[in-house]
Amino acid sequence: MTLSVSDLTITRGGVPVLEGLSFKLTPGQALILRGPNGIGKTTLLRTLAGLQPALAGQIEGAEDQIAYASHSDGLKPTLTVVENLAFWASVFGTHDIQPALDAFALNDLSDRHAGNLSAGQKRRLGLARMLVTGRPIWMLDEPTVSLDKNAVQMFADAVRSHLGQGGSALIATHIDLGLDGEVLDVGPYKAKPQPIGDFDGGFL
Amino acid sequence: MIALLLRDLKLAFRAGGGFGLGLAFFLIVTVLVPFAVGPQSSLLSTIAPGILWLGALLACLLSLDRLLALDWEDGSLDLLATAPLPLEAVVSIKALAHWITTGLPLVLAAPFLGVLLNLPAPGFFWLVISLLLGTPAMSVIGTFGAALTVGLKRGGLLLSLLVLPLYVPTLIFGAEVARRGAVGMETQTPLLMLAGITMATIALLPFASAAVLRINLR
Repeated sequence: MTLSVSDLTITRGGVPVLEGLSFKLTPGQALILRGPNGIGKTTLLRTLAGLQPALAGQIEGAEDQIAYASHSDGLKPTLTVVENLAFWASVFGTHDIQPALDAFALNDLSDRHAGNLSAGQKRRLGLARMLVTGRPIWMLDEPTVSLDKNAVQMFADAVRSHLGQGGSALIATHIDLGLDGEVLDVGPYKAKPQPIGDFDGGFL
Repeated sequence: MIALLLRDLKLAFRAGGGFGLGLAFFLIVTVLVPFAVGPQSSLLSTIAPGILWLGALLACLLSLDRLLALDWEDGSLDLLATAPLPLEAVVSIKALAHWITTGLPLVLAAPFLGVLLNLPAPGFFWLVISLLLGTPAMSVIGTFGAALTVGLKRGGLLLSLLVLPLYVPTLIFGAEVARRGAVGMETQTPLLMLAGITMATIALLPFASAAVLRINLR
């Protein structure tokens, strides 16, 4: 499943943040999204995931092929690790959570309530959710926040095996994951400030 | 869909807030009314259907602001919106879970609280029937209000103000069924109106709720 984006303009709070963005994400490919804070990486991922509309441009490659992981993990503190994962597995209709538990070393924690996990363990559980979605295109927003070195390695391995199975990933991150993916620097696509119109000029 | 319903029920059981709060509020209102209006049993039995309906409505209102707010705060709503489940189904299930955890306990508790207010014997049947028909509408309308105010700081106040006028038709016809039933009058007309309102909200409002939720998630 190829995701192709052409001449995309995205907005945050009604103000364009990125414009003229075009790229292709083919099966087996990882694209690392780089750019300074506030440039619009999260907005781009949310737009691609279908959570907000783009101002202009085209996104091809069905929305329902995308699994999205935001800054927040969507975990319920009163449910156990297994219950949290099993819920998302049944929402996405996959049901087998064992590979996800194995990939992120969550077996020992499986009966713990998510509320009692450390920040890094919660993040691992949040990332394990990507595996149970069974969707080919992963969109990850700062996936390695609060992960230690081992866990980052675990995550990189999971992405590598996902790519090996014909999946693809778009990852917004500031660290080096050791993946041989292309880097997409969104800095040059920063939207130019809107020129002040006559009305606003007169008002000022 | 079933998974979402089961999860929400499990969360309500474990957190304990949903079940207890509404019921406790309902109990407090009905226990305090005789102290406020005096112990004449004839007066109490006249106002009992109205007080019970009002108590149930306010108890329902009390639990609305947590309906979608928790899922919004921890990001699950975003994730549910990108899941294969349509948002219309998500809000319908949320409303159903709210009804099971709040509306249904109120329906079941109402006859016992009716005893405290000296509700006339024929009124018990009609009270339960009217609440059983009316509380689903309250959950569905409440979900719509919760979807409208989901991203707002302190949206609870706005939610109550928005939802209250929408609850009025349900309250009028629901309380009317219980009142007429209690005095042995014909209940068919208000009962049909109440059923109509409930059916219409269940049929239409989930689409509106999903639409506003989609806008609020942007």
